Amino acid sequence: MKSQHKSLFQKELVGEALRQSFVKLHPRTMFRNPVMFTVWIGTFIMFFVCLWILAGEKGQGGFGYNLIVFLVLLLTLLFANFAEAIAEARGKAQADSLRKTREETPARLADGKIVSSSELRKGDVFLCEAGDIIPADGEIIEGLATIDESAITGESAPVIREAGGDKSSVTGGTKVLSDKVKVQVTTQPGESFLDKMIALVEGASRQKTPNEIALTILLAGFTLVFVIVCTTLKPFGDFANISITIASFIALFVCLIPTTIGGLLSAIGIAGMDRALRANVITKSGKAVETAGDIDVLLLDKTGTITIGNRRATHFYPVAGVEEKRFVRASVLSSMADETPEGKSIIELAKVDPRSYNAAEPRFIKFTAETRCSGIDFSDTRIRKGATDAIRNIVVRAGNTFPAAIEEQVKQISGNGGTPLVVSENEEAIGVIELQDIIKPGIQERFQRLRKMGIKTVMVTGDNPLTAKYIAEKAGVDDFIAEAKPEDKMNYIRREQSEGRLVAMMGDGTNDAPALAQADVGVAMNSGTQAAKEAGNMVDLDNDPTKLIEVVEIGKQLLMTRGTLTTFSIANDVAKYFAIIPALFITAVPALQGLNIMALHSPQSAILSAVVFNAIIIPLLIPLALKGVAYKPIGASALLRRNLFLYGLGGIIVPFIGIKLIDMIVSLFL
Amino acid sequence: MNTEIIGILAMFLITLLLALPLGKYIARVYDGQRTFLDPVLGPLERLFFRISGVDPAESWSWQKNLVALLVINLVWFLLGMFILMNMAWLPLNPDHNPSQGAHLAFNTTISFLVNCNLQHYSGESGVSYLGQLYLMFLQFTTAATGMVGAVLLFRALRKGTHKTFGNFFSDYLKTCTRILLPLSLIMGIMLLFSGTPMTMEGKQQTIGLRGDTMQVSTGPVAAFVPIKHLGTNGGGFFGTNSAHPLENPGYGSNMIEMVAQMLIPFAMVFAFGIFIRRKRMAWVIFGVMTLGFLALAIPNTYMEAKGNPAIAHMGIDNSLGNMEGKEVRLGAAAAGYWSIATTVISTGSINSMHDSHMPLSGMNELLAMMINCFYGGCGVGILNYFIFIILAVFISGLMVGRTPEFLGKKIEAREMKIAMIIALLHPLLILAGTALATAFPQYTSGTLNNPGFHGFSEILYEYTSSAANNGSGFEGLGDNTPWWNITTGFVLILGRYLPIIGPVAIAGILGGKKYIPESAGTLQTDTPTFGFMTLAVIAIVAALAFFPALTLGPIAECFSSK
Repeated sequence: MKSQHKSLFQKELVGEALRQSFVKLHPRTMFRNPVMFTVWIGTFIMFFVCLWILAGEKGQGGFGYNLIVFLVLLLTLLFANFAEAIAEARGKAQADSLRKTREETPARLADGKIVSSSELRKGDVFLCEAGDIIPADGEIIEGLATIDESAITGESAPVIREAGGDKSSVTGGTKVLSDKVKVQVTTQPGESFLDKMIALVEGASRQKTPNEIALTILLAGFTLVFVIVCTTLKPFGDFANISITIASFIALFVCLIPTTIGGLLSAIGIAGMDRALRANVITKSGKAVETAGDIDVLLLDKTGTITIGNRRATHFYPVAGVEEKRFVRASVLSSMADETPEGKSIIELAKVDPRSYNAAEPRFIKFTAETRCSGIDFSDTRIRKGATDAIRNIVVRAGNTFPAAIEEQVKQISGNGGTPLVVSENEEAIGVIELQDIIKPGIQERFQRLRKMGIKTVMVTGDNPLTAKYIAEKAGVDDFIAEAKPEDKMNYIRREQSEGRLVAMMGDGTNDAPALAQADVGVAMNSGTQAAKEAGNMVDLDNDPTKLIEVVEIGKQLLMTRGTLTTFSIANDVAKYFAIIPALFITAVPALQGLNIMALHSPQSAILSAVVFNAIIIPLLIPLALKGVAYKPIGASALLRRNLFLYGLGGIIVPFIGIKLIDMIVSLFL
Repeated sequence: MNTEIIGILAMFLITLLLALPLGKYIARVYDGQRTFLDPVLGPLERLFFRISGVDPAESWSWQKNLVALLVINLVWFLLGMFILMNMAWLPLNPDHNPSQGAHLAFNTTISFLVNCNLQHYSGESGVSYLGQLYLMFLQFTTAATGMVGAVLLFRALRKGTHKTFGNFFSDYLKTCTRILLPLSLIMGIMLLFSGTPMTMEGKQQTIGLRGDTMQVSTGPVAAFVPIKHLGTNGGGFFGTNSAHPLENPGYGSNMIEMVAQMLIPFAMVFAFGIFIRRKRMAWVIFGVMTLGFLALAIPNTYMEAKGNPAIAHMGIDNSLGNMEGKEVRLGAAAAGYWSIATTVISTGSINSMHDSHMPLSGMNELLAMMINCFYGGCGVGILNYFIFIILAVFISGLMVGRTPEFLGKKIEAREMKIAMIIALLHPLLILAGTALATAFPQYTSGTLNNPGFHGFSEILYEYTSSAANNGSGFEGLGDNTPWWNITTGFVLILGRYLPIIGPVAIAGILGGKKYIPESAGTLQTDTPTFGFMTLAVIAIVAALAFFPALTLGPIAECFSSK
């Protein structure tokens, strides 16, 4: 999230956007947007009206007035184009800064040849050592390395990537810090996700999303209504012996059609993808962002999302008659060779250095699926640590009794969502270690927020149902899938979808790929396998499992921005009518002065004020279009009331004030 | 309180109280549940089905239902043309009224077929009793057409995914036999008691107060008038409609007719709520409709009861209200209230001359027809309202950050396209019709009763009334000319069938879509907030499209007369 705080209008971007504003005046480009295309036609007509007046026509008003109307209309078009261009420029700049990091790095092929990264093809294999920049996206096929991905993610802590498993992907532009890996290229040049995203933003392959199409139909409808209104006004005027100039007709038309939203619509869409990119999420289509706003169900992995990494030891419970010191010593010794995070956490909890116990000639017993315990043998001491029934077996087989107090303790820990580990010394059970999942701070509030948005959260975990239930309750998720196998996820998604819900999930492993493809929004982690990244419709460069929540908000913001600006645009018409309608008829029907409730100076000033307001409201709203309307999870009805009040009522009142102010300025010059 | 106001309140409350049980009954009829009329009507209906070979249990797609609807209407049209153009020699013509010419017969048949009843003729001299009876028959079938259209919508919006939406002919017949016929019988008897004639004899001779002999037209009026109101038709037996003393003899019959015309439009809203099992939504819809209705009816009642200041200036007593073109036995307030009731719903019957109302009263009547969904005509009111719901759902859905959905169905490009076409159609028909009429003064200017703004209002009113299938008129207009008969005839057809086809198509498509369960993020469409949103959409769409035209008509007239 490096450039989040940069200003909306950077100098270099504005220059390019200004140039694009004129380039986009080409009718073929304008035609894509029906609302602005009609403005384009109106501007064109006004141009000829100006020429006509120069050629001696007297009935259309002064040349100066007509010229100003023409220029203001032209400005309206340029403002709308600028909005789209600046959104494109920002998206491109963001993508470019990501792309720059991977341009033209030398790559050492497996046979020792050095080639430029741009010559790498899919399937090529290259080698990277400590200090090398990885030349292209790929998958490690041999070795393990620590990699600095800060160029992409902004996260300075190095990550480990290794062949096989779910963390085998490397991204071009990142730096190898240690060790050596062999990498196979997974994408053709120009076809990486980033390249696809840039193409989307640039408009080359940008397709209108389904909702954008539906909205365009609505706006085209509102435009057509006013084609009818303005065309029929001509015979109406003739009937009432009122002559209306072409400039007035076009001014009325342009002011009434929803130019504000029409001019900002594509900028809003691009800004949505751009905001996703700023959150370090690459989207493969605009539709994915839109769909994210509709998500009903969110599948989240427990580990890393809801809980911090792995379980940690939290308590030692020695059995009655065993000194705490002795029990801690036994626990620590049994974990000395244990490389699992759980094992390490036991030593951390004890806060002692295991070497200080001076165990002579230790022999470590590795954990196996059969014995389900690990431990250490030294001199005549045999310490074991493991699951309750495994240790009970050892104790009972040796002819000792398994203390009831331990059974009791074990039950209590399980009931609290913890995992008990029983420790035995010389076939006698001496106590229990409690392991607990640590729930991420603040995660409850986030789930609360999601619930208010109407999104159901589902925790996916390999834990047993009891533990899963406890953690689910503690974290505040709505449902959980315990002892989850990859196909469980898939089935859960299918079931929710068959009931009509939209499901989002995040995944990284190859066995997540089918579920990622099945989900309506599948976010693959950049560290995940190529298969996972291909299957999802978004890629998260930060590998942050909580990112889904942000993605949903970005989607909602996108839709809301469209809705509120449409409302604003249409509500504006009320004031514009009160400016223009009296202006059209007042000369012929002086009694209609009663409709001039804004007391505008003259018919000409009224029409000019309305078109000027109509033009400048577009650039004034560009920041809102680019940043998006703030989403507040306060329930749909409350949100509707709030936005209706702000943008509906505001949309009625603001133009009354704006047009009056502009009229006061304009009347100084008339 | 003023007795006239009490009378108006009573008319509204009685309608509401009757509509609640009737709504429940209508929902039961369409749901195929048992009703108390089964023993009587069951055998009759089965006879009809046996003769026609229709299997009422066969459920059809929405397309097939619509085709059936259009075809049966075409049959009624052809039959109507034949009768009206040949009634001079056909039986039941004691007054020896002539046959209608082709363009008048076209206009008359169409306007009765489409629930408009524009009536470019006077019933006393323009049709025979056979003609009147056939027109009465059409008033049943047209109401049933609208109601079955609405029922297709009801079926589609029920929870779940639907592929078929019932059988058109079964619903069509049951609407007539179970709903319209019993209600008409009851009302006919009530009208008989209030003095409405019911006879097949010709004109009656009587001696007037001044001692001269009068020929008074009568006929099967008590049979004709109930369905005219219950079916929101408005086609009068006599030329002056419910202002005529034999069609609407007194304040009592006026109340009966008033209640009757709003009864089914009210009840259909409640039937909708019961049928789709969302009563709260029905109340919100009813609330919005009532709010809109009152916003138009209260000013009209007030303005008409207050009287015309221009006449007061002339020193003429105006204390009874603006009495030009009104009936003393009914009063100005009841006339003002009626003028909006008859225009918000598509009755178009009148008990006073709208042409003589205050300019802004005329504007409100125009607005009522331009909006055409505050209660609205039998069945079609709710179909029209549905289009505005779709538009409101779309915009407000986006405003809460979800792609829009209504009753668990996503609103997508295809539905928006249809909704927008239908929303555009109404302004197009009205404005384009008026524009053509003003652009060809050689055909129209001679028929206008007034010059200037009021003349413009007369034209605007005629096309608005046609597009809204209303049928009332600014009766200054001499409208029995080929121009008016033919242009309004086509506006009538388009203004009737497309607004049935469109909403039914949207509902059919939605019905076939997957049902999405509600969540906290779903926009609730049965809340006052959403109701307000719909009202705002209706107001803005209507105001935006018609404001310039209204400015040149009633608004200019109002400001100029000050």
